[in-house]
Amino acid sequence: MSGKEPVAVVGIGQTHHAAARRDVSLPGLVREAARRALDDAELTWADVDAVVLGKAPDFFEGVMMPELYLADALGASGKPVLRVHTAGSVGGSTALVAANLVAARVQRTVLALAFEKQSESNAMWGLSLPVPFQQPLLAGAGGFFAPHVRAYIRRTGAPADTGVLVAHKDRGNALKNPYAHLHEHGLTLEKVRASPMLWDPIRYSETCPSSDGACALVLTDRAGAARSPHPPAWVHGGAMRSEPTLFAGKDFVSPRAGRDCAAEVYRQAGITDPRREIDTAELYVPFSWYEPMWLENLGFAVEGEGWKLTASGATALGGELPVNPSGGVLSTNPIGASGLIRFAEAALQVRGRAGAHQVEGAAKALGHAYGGGAQFFSMWLVGSRPPTS
Amino acid sequence: MTGPSRPGPAAAREVAIVAFAQTRHRRATPELSEAEMLLPVLSEALDQAGLRPGEADFTCSGSSDYLAGRPFSFTMTLDTVGAWPPVAESHVEMDGAWALHEAWVKILTGEADTALVYAHGTSSSGDLRDVLTRQLDPYCTAPLWPDPVALAALQAQALIDAGETDEDALARIAARSRTAAEANPYAPLSGPVPAGDYVVRPLRAGDCPPVGDGAAAVVLAAGDTARRMRARPAWIRGMDHRVEPHALGVRDLTDSVSTRLAAERAGAFDAPVDTAELHAPFTSQEVVLRKALRLDDGVVVNPSGGPLAANPVMAAGLIRLGEAAARVHRGESDRALAHATSGPCLQQNLVAVLEGPERPARQERGPRS
Repeated sequence: MSGKEPVAVVGIGQTHHAAARRDVSLPGLVREAARRALDDAELTWADVDAVVLGKAPDFFEGVMMPELYLADALGASGKPVLRVHTAGSVGGSTALVAANLVAARVQRTVLALAFEKQSESNAMWGLSLPVPFQQPLLAGAGGFFAPHVRAYIRRTGAPADTGVLVAHKDRGNALKNPYAHLHEHGLTLEKVRASPMLWDPIRYSETCPSSDGACALVLTDRAGAARSPHPPAWVHGGAMRSEPTLFAGKDFVSPRAGRDCAAEVYRQAGITDPRREIDTAELYVPFSWYEPMWLENLGFAVEGEGWKLTASGATALGGELPVNPSGGVLSTNPIGASGLIRFAEAALQVRGRAGAHQVEGAAKALGHAYGGGAQFFSMWLVGSRPPTS
Repeated sequence: MTGPSRPGPAAAREVAIVAFAQTRHRRATPELSEAEMLLPVLSEALDQAGLRPGEADFTCSGSSDYLAGRPFSFTMTLDTVGAWPPVAESHVEMDGAWALHEAWVKILTGEADTALVYAHGTSSSGDLRDVLTRQLDPYCTAPLWPDPVALAALQAQALIDAGETDEDALARIAARSRTAAEANPYAPLSGPVPAGDYVVRPLRAGDCPPVGDGAAAVVLAAGDTARRMRARPAWIRGMDHRVEPHALGVRDLTDSVSTRLAAERAGAFDAPVDTAELHAPFTSQEVVLRKALRLDDGVVVNPSGGPLAANPVMAAGLIRLGEAAARVHRGESDRALAHATSGPCLQQNLVAVLEGPERPARQERGPRS
């Protein structure tokens, strides 16, 4: 036995996302996504060997270690359950931890599920508890990230409109995605530009919503993929990288952990020119300006020119590198699930099953997530064909 | 390959625990941040393995925000890992034993040869008995605030009613554990203690674990790397974990089917073990685990004193793996079992089998199907 077992995504499911899903309990929410993923794979609960569960802080719902409570709802009794928490990158990490169980041949078929039911509490303040002797984060994530956006603008000379373009594009894409939280019909560039300023330069319409929702993937080995009723997505590369939150050498505009993580994924997948070899990308863009920032960090644009790629229309659904055809985090943000949705949407694209937001002929797609103080990164590259190595 | 009767995944790569370190666990550590608590422990474990900070191929940790009293509490511990240049790193919101499982899998994929695993918990930030009620079903059970001692007492009473144990037998478990802990400098409770008053009948103070703060770290390594780092590595021959339904009403509290299943899959029943480190915070839970794991009186159980002597929540399970491995390192055990638990009344259980003696190479790399 040599090398890793190839890993395939054969089932994808997500909930309809909303500001408050008052029609379902926590178990009801996770089952909705898991059920859709199993249906997609034409498998039953009995076919699942293990469950990997991801979500962001337990404080967001007020349940400590909810994997214990949710074990029954996830059909996990008698099975292994692992609960991953790597801050905002957790959804991506959840998929990678599940993929490793298959790659290591420890399990054959694994359900990866991530969720957040933000309406159970207030995420803004859940993120802002004061901590002795540490820098307070008293205005939620926006207050933390806005200075880094301003640094990007100063560094690159990007025009003030860049973020507006991204928000308009992503919210427009979300209209083609029936699961997206925000469906803002008639949103114009003018309306985005006129929306209230929250954390300069980030306006209301350039900010992610707080969503309730869940996402699930069924990952399996080569034999499982052979039985898949629909084309699988194959994992060509996956990696996680972390760096400390605060230190003198930290580059908040383009963190090295992000660059290193992408480089490792590209190395595994044999990608040498991401801009041309990758057909579409689902990037974790919670605030509009993070699209151009990540385009540079991930090697799609040279340093200082991410905003030009955005302004050129290349990242639009019909462009040469569609970014966030699903509408992205700007349209749907159940925090712990947001990373897994990126990974799932990338897989949907290469399976040709993304519906109205399908990128024609997408054969290679990148899923990307980040978290903490832009310190945790997880990414994968999926393809329509099995990896050759 | 993984049919239901198959006993655990046969590892294609040999992986061993090569280093283990822990804090001197204490009732409260208000003067220490997580990073300050962890740094000496990580340094000691890495020193044992001959690794520099940041040099392990993979890092994985376990902790809980509810103990720290704030979200994302694990993020600051990256400062102690030496995560610059950036490292491959992950975290489970569970006991560190499950972080060790994630790291073991990572090494099995071939993507890493070495891994640093650590866990920490500061129970003193709040009232642990109250905090742990927040693990329960939030709609029906948690609003009643049944604390872990009360739930363990239900289990203990069920055992007594079933004729599996009695209060004297439980007191002897407490006395044996705390006597064993006299040789454990890291344990806050040691030496014979009186059974004490009832906390929740039938459990007396002596049947319950100390509440405290602490941290632990282990280093995992594959094959020849492990042999270079440690004369007698503790080879992980199998590891598995299983969960049961959350609701106590649908479980037989006198048994632990998840422990038995995990042990079968880890290969624990393939040959006798000489040592068992059990994560049984309450005396009555040792009774349940001994039965599920088929441990007879010939097996040395919790020579460290176990969680009845030192119970830093979120690290206590990882410490079982570390203590078992350290026995193997020292040549005091040839085949040890380590167990970790999570959730009310032993809901979720992990079992690992650690061996000192090398196996013939041809048996190591057999086909897995």
